[in-house]
Amino acid sequence: MSGAVESAAAPKPSRAFGGARRDWAGSLMLPAATLSVAVVVLLAWQFLPPAFGVPKYVIPTVTDLVAEMGRMWADEDLAQHVVSTAVWSVVGFVLGGLFGAVFGYLLGLSPLWEKVLSPYLLGLQIAPKVAFAPLFIMWFGYNAMPKLLVTVLIVFFPILVNVLQSMRVADRDLVNLARAYSMSRAQVFWKVLFPSSMPSLMAGLRIGATLAVIGITVGEVVGSQVGLGYLIVYGQGAANTAMVFNAIILLTVIGIAMYWAVAAIEARVLHYIPRAVA
Amino acid sequence: MARTVPALEMQAVTRRFPARERGALPFTAIERLSFHVAPGEFVALVGPSGCGKSTVLNLVSGLDRPSEGQVFLSGEEVTGPSSHVGFMLQKDLLLPWRSIRRNVEFGLEARGLSAAERAARIERELRRCRLTDYAERYPHQLSGGQRQRAALARTLAIEPSLVLLDEPFSALDAQTKILLQRSFAQTISASGVTTLLITHDLNEAVAMADRILVMSERPGRIVEEIAVGLPDRDNPIARQSMPRAQELVRHLLHALHLDEAVDA
Ligand SMILES: Nc1ncnc2c1ncn2[C@@H]1O[C@H](COP(=O)(O)OP(=O)(O)OP(=O)(O)O)[C@@H](O)[C@H]1O
Ligand SMILES: [Mg+2]
Repeated sequence: MSGAVESAAAPKPSRAFGGARRDWAGSLMLPAATLSVAVVVLLAWQFLPPAFGVPKYVIPTVTDLVAEMGRMWADEDLAQHVVSTAVWSVVGFVLGGLFGAVFGYLLGLSPLWEKVLSPYLLGLQIAPKVAFAPLFIMWFGYNAMPKLLVTVLIVFFPILVNVLQSMRVADRDLVNLARAYSMSRAQVFWKVLFPSSMPSLMAGLRIGATLAVIGITVGEVVGSQVGLGYLIVYGQGAANTAMVFNAIILLTVIGIAMYWAVAAIEARVLHYIPRAVA
Repeated sequence: MARTVPALEMQAVTRRFPARERGALPFTAIERLSFHVAPGEFVALVGPSGCGKSTVLNLVSGLDRPSEGQVFLSGEEVTGPSSHVGFMLQKDLLLPWRSIRRNVEFGLEARGLSAAERAARIERELRRCRLTDYAERYPHQLSGGQRQRAALARTLAIEPSLVLLDEPFSALDAQTKILLQRSFAQTISASGVTTLLITHDLNEAVAMADRILVMSERPGRIVEEIAVGLPDRDNPIARQSMPRAQELVRHLLHALHLDEAVDA
C-alpha cells in the first residue's frame, strides 16, 4: 500500500526519456556553434581591419599576433612572465579568499562586531582598491608585496560580503533544531551554519577568481619587472601593439582557467544542489 | 492508583514578547496556560492561527523560556534544550548537504554514543519509517512525504520521551497527507512515545489523538479539553469514518466558533 505512494511520489529521474535525443543533439550542436562563432570572429579580425585600412599598429591581424606570440616566447622569456602572473594571482586569490571567509564567519557569529565595524567595511569596500597600488609600492618597494596586497584586498570583499550575508540569512529553524539537539555553539557552526553558507562562499570565490587577475595586473602595471602586466607596459613603450594584445589575451586565459577551477570545485562541493533541468 | 508523573506539564505559563514599538505594552502570546500530557499519551493542540501554539512548542523544547510559570518534563523543570525532546515542524528541516542516513544521524552527534550504537539506531529508524532504500539519497531526491518521514526518523533516533509535532502534515497534498498521517500513527504507536501534535486540521486531531486541547484566541489558554475515546489509534483512516469522529469534529468546529464565523 505504502509502496504505491512511494512509486507515485518518488522523484522523477533527472532526464526524461524524450530528452535523451535532444540532449545528444545538444551535446554536439552547442560546442559546434560556439566554435563557429570563434572562427567567424577570428576571420573577421584577420581580414576586416586591413580591408578598412586600419594600420597594424592599431589593430594587428591574427597572424601578426601568433607571430608575435612566438617571438615573445623565444625572445622575451614569455613563460616566466605567464608563470609569475598565474602564480601570484593564485596566491593572492587564496589569501584574499581565506581572509575574506574567516572575517565573514567571525563577523557573522558576532553581530555586535559586525555593527561596530560595518561603516568601516563599507568604506573600504567602496574605496577603489587598485588606487592603493602606488601607495603600497611607496611602502614596500618594487617587489611582489604591493601586487599581492592589492589582490588580497580586491578578492577579500566580495567573499567577506557573501559569507556575511549567508550567515545572516541562515535558516533560524535549522539552528534551533541543532540547539534542541543540545549542540554546542561550535557544533552549530560546523554542522549547520558553515555548510549552509557554502553556496554563497562559492559564489564569492567565483567572483574573487576573476578579480584576482585584475589585482595582479594592476600591481604589475604600476611597478614590477616581471609578469604580463609588465609586458603590457613594456609593449606600450615599444609601440608594440601585438605584444599588448597578446598579454591581454594571456591574462584572460589565466582568469578563465582560475574561474573554471573554482567552478569545478564548486560543482563537487555543491553536488547536493539539484541542477535546474535545462 | 497513585498519580503518575506527567511526561509534560505546563503550569500557569505566560509568555510575553517585548513590544515592537517603544512605549507600547508587551505582547502576550499565551497567558496562564496549564495542561499536562501523560506518558505514552497522544495529545493534539488545536486553536486559531496566532494563538500561541508554536510558542508552546518553543517553551517545551527549551528553546524559549516562559515569562511566568513553569514547564516540567517528567517532573523536571525545563531550563534549556533537553535530550529527551524531539520536535518536527511543517518544514522537514533536513540538511540538504547530507544524505538521508546522515540526516537521521544528525541528532545523535551531540551525544556520546558508540559508532555501533549510532549505526544500529539509524538502521532501526530507517526501517521503521520505511526509508532503508532511500538512505543514500539526498533530501531533494525525495518526495515531500518521504522527507517528512525522514524527519520523523531523525526525531525518533534520539529516543525522545516526548515528541512535539508542529503541523507536520500541513505542507503536503491531501493524499500524501492521509497516508503519512497513518504512517506516523503506526510508527508513533509502535514506539510508544508521548506525542504533542499541534495542528489546524480538526479531522487530523480527532483521527490521531487520545485527547484534544482547544486553545482560545490570543492570549492563548486552554478553553476545552476533549477525550477522543476512539479505538484504532494507529489507523486514522479507519477512525475518520466513525460516526463519533464526525460528531467530535462538529463539536470542535463549534468550540472554535468556526461554525458561526462570517468571514476568513
Ligand atoms: N519571537 C517573537 N517575538 C514577538 N512576537 C512573537 C514571537 N514569536 C511569536 N510571536 C507572536 O506570538 C503570537 C503567537 O505566535 P505562534 O507562532 O505561537 O502562533 P501559532 O498559534 O503557532 O500560529 P499558527 O497557527 O499561525 O502557526 C503571534 O501573534 C506572533 O506574532
Ligand atoms: Mg505555528
